Amino acid sequence: MERNLMKGNEALAEAAIRAGCKCFFGYPITPQTEISAYLSKRFQKEGGIFLQAESEIAAINMVLGAASTGVRAMTSSSSPGISLKSEGISYIAGSDLPCVIINVQRGGPGLGGIQPSQADYWQATKALGHGDFQLLVYAPCSVQEMVDTVTKAFDLADEYRMPAMILADGLLGQMMEPVTFPEKKESFKDKPWAANGHGGKREHNIINSLYLQPDVLENSVKARFERYEDIKAKYAEAEMYLTDDADIIVTAYGATARVAKSAVNMAREQGIKAGLIRPITLWPFPVKEYQKAAETAKLFLCTEMSMGQMIDDVKLAINCSKPVEFYGRTGGVIPKPSEIFEEIKKYNGGAK
Amino acid sequence: MTHDILLAGFGGQGILFAGKILAYSGLMDDKEVSWLPSYGPEMRGGTCNCSVCISDDPIGSPLVVEPSILVVMNTPSLEKFKGSVKSDGFIIVDSSMVDGTVDRTDVKSFYIPATQLAQDNDLAGGANIIILGKLFRETGIVSAETFKKAVEKVVPAKKAALAANNLKALQIGINYEG
Repeated sequence: MERNLMKGNEALAEAAIRAGCKCFFGYPITPQTEISAYLSKRFQKEGGIFLQAESEIAAINMVLGAASTGVRAMTSSSSPGISLKSEGISYIAGSDLPCVIINVQRGGPGLGGIQPSQADYWQATKALGHGDFQLLVYAPCSVQEMVDTVTKAFDLADEYRMPAMILADGLLGQMMEPVTFPEKKESFKDKPWAANGHGGKREHNIINSLYLQPDVLENSVKARFERYEDIKAKYAEAEMYLTDDADIIVTAYGATARVAKSAVNMAREQGIKAGLIRPITLWPFPVKEYQKAAETAKLFLCTEMSMGQMIDDVKLAINCSKPVEFYGRTGGVIPKPSEIFEEIKKYNGGAK
Repeated sequence: MTHDILLAGFGGQGILFAGKILAYSGLMDDKEVSWLPSYGPEMRGGTCNCSVCISDDPIGSPLVVEPSILVVMNTPSLEKFKGSVKSDGFIIVDSSMVDGTVDRTDVKSFYIPATQLAQDNDLAGGANIIILGKLFRETGIVSAETFKKAVEKVVPAKKAALAANNLKALQIGINYEG
């Protein structure tokens, strides 16, 4: 297969087309605008709908509308724009609609900066809007994995009728790497629930998130959470790198995992038994992988481009059975492999 | 073998484009490659830089902090990055744009008046490619043939006429001694 050299953002956009995405609604924001730019060109040829909305809020509600009719729909933004979309995302979850939302994270809070960040972990995995709900959250760490996870995100979103997020960052969005694409998906499962034209041949479908009877609403939420349990059992994913004999498990997702892997390699060259767990899904969180590593590891070192958000899930996953330390940079600063290596050395000495 | 390359200069000098040609060269030789631009307001006439990694192995951090090859096309970039180059690394300087020289003895430094050469040869804006030619002459990180193919690949089909100028610029850099 031909290897193309592409920017992460453009690869995300092309992957969405290959996955059968027919509608994209967005509003520009650095560092993800290439997604819109790419789709505005390609959808003209591919027969999809590209629409630059008047705001992020409009864009996410257009996604709600398009998804209601059963087509594959997507929006993308960066951190402050995702906050604006949160109300719409909650409505999409409450209406049991599938869609894909891309967050190419930048520094925050507020307008923050435009350089890479991972400070939206809590938002993506715990509370992307009001109410009891989850999103599927994928955290790719390369341009190729951006493509692979977009495909999975669309498929799983449809299967479970829920929104899925690709949690990327400015580094992954802006960098170019070789990438190959799957064939374009042409056949899709029926969506008997979709609110689309049927010529009066069946009872009409209603897409709705309003339930004024508490017990009816409770039942709808509980049914959703039963589906979540199924996803947790089947679809949590992580990469395990040199973890079998590791004393120190470094853990990181997305771009930071690349830096952490370099640091683990540096440590191994010095004879330090370090390994890496890289969650590919952030929700569901790959709990089993951490539990397995905790049986033999002495210490976990969580590294993020934030002040420490995923570390909570690491501690919960292993039930605090081993020390979990943290190293992070934030505000758009990318950690260097040598910084993480120094932390590994520090804790390796401490563990002896 | 891994080459961590940092290219730096002013916005508008074609730093990102030069990096793209380097990355494509690696791609054509079936290497692992990454290309990471500095992005943001600094692109409007301020400083601009670009990290390119070419390796036989998967690439970890694509952000080059200790380059094995540094290409600089303005004085602030030389001052900012010269100290970060690995021992035995290369520094290639556009001497028509940069005041001063590299005050390190543990790196190999080369000077080429790329911007002047571009003007003299009616290749306005071609200094980035001329300096790449010099980089290939001194480091030989990929074959000249691969590099020429990369130029042809990166220049869009609509601007095919420009490929000839780019190849000419490349040759000027490759031929430049000193």
